[in-house]
Amino acid sequence: MAEVTRGAEPFAALYGRNARAVIERGFKVIRHQNWAVMVSGFFEPVFYLLAMGLGLGGLVGDVTGPDGQPISYAAFIAPALLATSAMNGAIYDSTWNVFFKLRFARLYQAMLQTSLGPMDVALGEIFMALFRGFLYAVGFMVVMLVMGLVVSPWAVLMIPVALLIAVGFASVGMAVTSYLKSFQQMDVVQVVMLPMFLFSATLFPIDVFPTAIQWFVQAMPLWHGVELMRDLAVGHLDVATAGHALYFVVMSVLGVWFTASRLRALFLR
Amino acid sequence: MPVIVARDLTKVYGDNRAVDGIDFEIARGESFGLLGPNGAGKSTTMRMIGGTLQRTGGSMLVAGLDPAERGPEVRAHLGVVPQQDNLDEELSVRDNLIMYGRYFGLPYSYLRAKADELLEFAQLTDRGKAKVGSLSGGMKRRLTIARSLVNEPKVLLLDEPTTGLDPQARHVLWDRLFRLKEVGVTLVVTTHFMDEAEQLCDRLVVIDRGRIMAEGTPRQLIRQHSTREVLELRFGADRNAAVVAQVEDIGSRIEVLPDRVLIYTDDGEGALEAVTTRGLSPVTSLVRRSSLEDVFLRLTGRSLID
Ligand SMILES: Nc1ncnc2c1ncn2[C@@H]1O[C@H](COP(=O)(O)OP(=O)(O)O)[C@@H](O)[C@H]1O
Ligand SMILES: [Mg+2]
Repeated sequence: MAEVTRGAEPFAALYGRNARAVIERGFKVIRHQNWAVMVSGFFEPVFYLLAMGLGLGGLVGDVTGPDGQPISYAAFIAPALLATSAMNGAIYDSTWNVFFKLRFARLYQAMLQTSLGPMDVALGEIFMALFRGFLYAVGFMVVMLVMGLVVSPWAVLMIPVALLIAVGFASVGMAVTSYLKSFQQMDVVQVVMLPMFLFSATLFPIDVFPTAIQWFVQAMPLWHGVELMRDLAVGHLDVATAGHALYFVVMSVLGVWFTASRLRALFLR
Repeated sequence: MPVIVARDLTKVYGDNRAVDGIDFEIARGESFGLLGPNGAGKSTTMRMIGGTLQRTGGSMLVAGLDPAERGPEVRAHLGVVPQQDNLDEELSVRDNLIMYGRYFGLPYSYLRAKADELLEFAQLTDRGKAKVGSLSGGMKRRLTIARSLVNEPKVLLLDEPTTGLDPQARHVLWDRLFRLKEVGVTLVVTTHFMDEAEQLCDRLVVIDRGRIMAEGTPRQLIRQHSTREVLELRFGADRNAAVVAQVEDIGSRIEVLPDRVLIYTDDGEGALEAVTTRGLSPVTSLVRRSSLEDVFLRLTGRSLID
């Protein structure tokens, strides 16, 4: 009997160095995909922007921007909607989509029968989620541009920041999915997401809340994403802006580490 | 040198010992079977061979490598046909073969020709552009098997390859598997059909509740655990149990199933004569050779298919 060579490669059990094939499969499917599904992810934040920004904006008038200057209500909520849509897309892809492909489509089961490892699958899928997120972010920026809501060149950075927000949420989401056993449990994810959207100073400024609640909101990731986007939209950058970005860098690093440690539990069960 | 070696292989789910310390070795080029009823632990064992399921204990070597430590490398030489088809519903029939080859890192130049060859092997040449969803059960199964061959595996793992197929489709598949055996591919087959085990396997283990009950060639197992022939008698559901006392001493062993009485003997015709001499008139009677089904019944007291 041959000797087992153990631990020769730390990733030999989980990584086949071929995440590229997973990405190829992703693009092949997108090309033949039902465009209605694809496009709906783009329209959701745009509809919010039109309905709230123009509709509600007419009643509200101008509000105070990050730099203390008055801005239109639409310009106030647009960056928040971009942050929220990056979050929603990432969470959808890393929880529902992963769970569905794992349990029902058995797609990952088929991939893992080959010389792919869980790490290839996770990297490939995260890449595809980010690519979709990138398309939506660019689309949304174009809408903002057309509506005259882009007033600073810094706003271009909102696109990479949307991806950063997506990585943060997707990496944590995938790790959380490794603990879920049924679609019912996935509803819990929704119970966390919706209030986060409603209370993270997305549609109104945070100072409407009592101090205690403000602290709580400020601990939540979406609030940092919203503030970061808002600062970039008007080009008002300071230490706080860097702090918000740092929050997501740390969240992403922890999330990726968390997911990596859960790869076996997620895929090899 | 054996290509697969499992020692004290164990998988525990909660307090269910799905695979309870089994040992086996599979030689290169051999066709090896795991025969057992539903829930015996066959699929669980197969998934641990490929390293797609973490084992709880014991050791496993495939071509000298531990699949739990070197999964991608081990699987590069494996073909896997899971119990339930997991074809990519979002790709066409042909793209299923090509993308699957890409997962092995194989180049398109190789895969285009290989896909055509495999479509022919699966008798699906004219369905290459079709969506997988439009295929019949038998076609999907053939495509799954064809797909498992894309990397020209040395070892093919087939988990219940013909369950759910009609008899004709089964024979087509068996024919395909014989051809692979002829070219030296090692086959590992699970099944709960004794005829499939007899057809396909050089050697097999009978497994029940996560444990190996017996091991050998189909003929050895039958010789060791059963008689040459079996007399099957049907007296009608309510009478079977009643007549047992009157025929008990005829064969070397007797089994009473809900719908029939089995008398194990080396001389079936003689046993039938003895039965009729005693004035008993079964509704139907049949003398047949012993099969693996009888071996299983002997070893576990239950039938393979419940
Ligand atoms: N993912 C799982 N979680 C919990 N129990 C499982 C799981 N998969 C299989 N089992 C249990 O393990 C045992 C063996 O199952 P399996 O290997 O599928 O049997 P077979 O393939 O021989 O029909 C069964 O009791 C089954 O219920
Ligand atoms: Mg099974």
